[in-house]
Amino acid sequence: MARLFALCLLLAMLPLTVSADEANVQGFDNLAEEQRYRDLISELRCPKCQNQNIADSNAPISKDMRDAVYLMMQDGASDDAIVSSLVDRFGEFVRYNPEVDRRTFLLWATPAIAVGIGLLVVGGIVIRSRRRGEQGASLTAEEQARVNQLLAGEDRNNRS
Amino acid sequence: MKRLFLFLPVILVIVLGVVLFAGIGKDPNHLDSALIGKPVPAFNLSDLADAERQLDGEVFRGEVSLLNVWGTWCPACRDEHDDLLWLAEDKGVRIIGLNYKDNREDALVWLERLGDPYAVTIYDPRGTLGFDLGVYGAPETYVIDAEGIVRHRHVGVVNEKVWKEDLEPLVTRYREGA
Repeated sequence: MARLFALCLLLAMLPLTVSADEANVQGFDNLAEEQRYRDLISELRCPKCQNQNIADSNAPISKDMRDAVYLMMQDGASDDAIVSSLVDRFGEFVRYNPEVDRRTFLLWATPAIAVGIGLLVVGGIVIRSRRRGEQGASLTAEEQARVNQLLAGEDRNNRS
Repeated sequence: MKRLFLFLPVILVIVLGVVLFAGIGKDPNHLDSALIGKPVPAFNLSDLADAERQLDGEVFRGEVSLLNVWGTWCPACRDEHDDLLWLAEDKGVRIIGLNYKDNREDALVWLERLGDPYAVTIYDPRGTLGFDLGVYGAPETYVIDAEGIVRHRHVGVVNEKVWKEDLEPLVTRYREGA
């Protein structure tokens, strides 16, 4: 009897859990729209939590932003319009993918600059070692004789 | 030339050190409002004290005001409440409240119990105006000039230090400008 009661209780709870789950997932007409929504909320940054996107964040403001994105999508807004409407409110900070302008120029250019410096350094080292290699090859006759003598001397030492 | 090259790592380290040192003590939670220099977003919400009365952007016209975002659910708002009372009563600052994601009864009890520093309080239970303002954490305090233009945003508690250093100079400047 107790078991039957427990079963009834579990069954009674079942629809509740299902509806709670549905409340978390926004309704979309098709998979493409749902994917678009996921892409959008994953590239928007939560202003409250510094380094989380609004898809991962549980902050109330992130929920508000997700809802806003969803509602704007239902109204047929383009991705750019949705992102810029949030940027107008919360600032460029909320974009994980900021536009190139005067303020973000350095952010975008730094990798290229770093690679450029790296190439210069590597190039410099290569040129230098090549130059040194040439110098090493051009020994005077006197130096060459001394080298031979040293090598021969070492040979003899090793043998003895 | 060669010797200069040897100093390159030292110079690099010094530059990096200066850049990183400049970042120390900067609060990464501080974000400039996207609305600086722009009017307060349009809204149409009821007065907290009088549900029948509708408020809009006109409440900011004619006088420099502070717009203070608060809620009874926000402990830091309790912290700054006495300082807001001090500003309103002793300094004669016009403070407009934005009761954010709260309910009317709780908010009214709070003001009854602790005192009401607000010239008027906008009731925003669903946080729509808060969202348009880019509010990301109460309390927040905005300096709004007499034309209803947002001039400054302070995130966090307002106290005497914040008033003296951040808000008072701006309020004085825009008062004189008007």
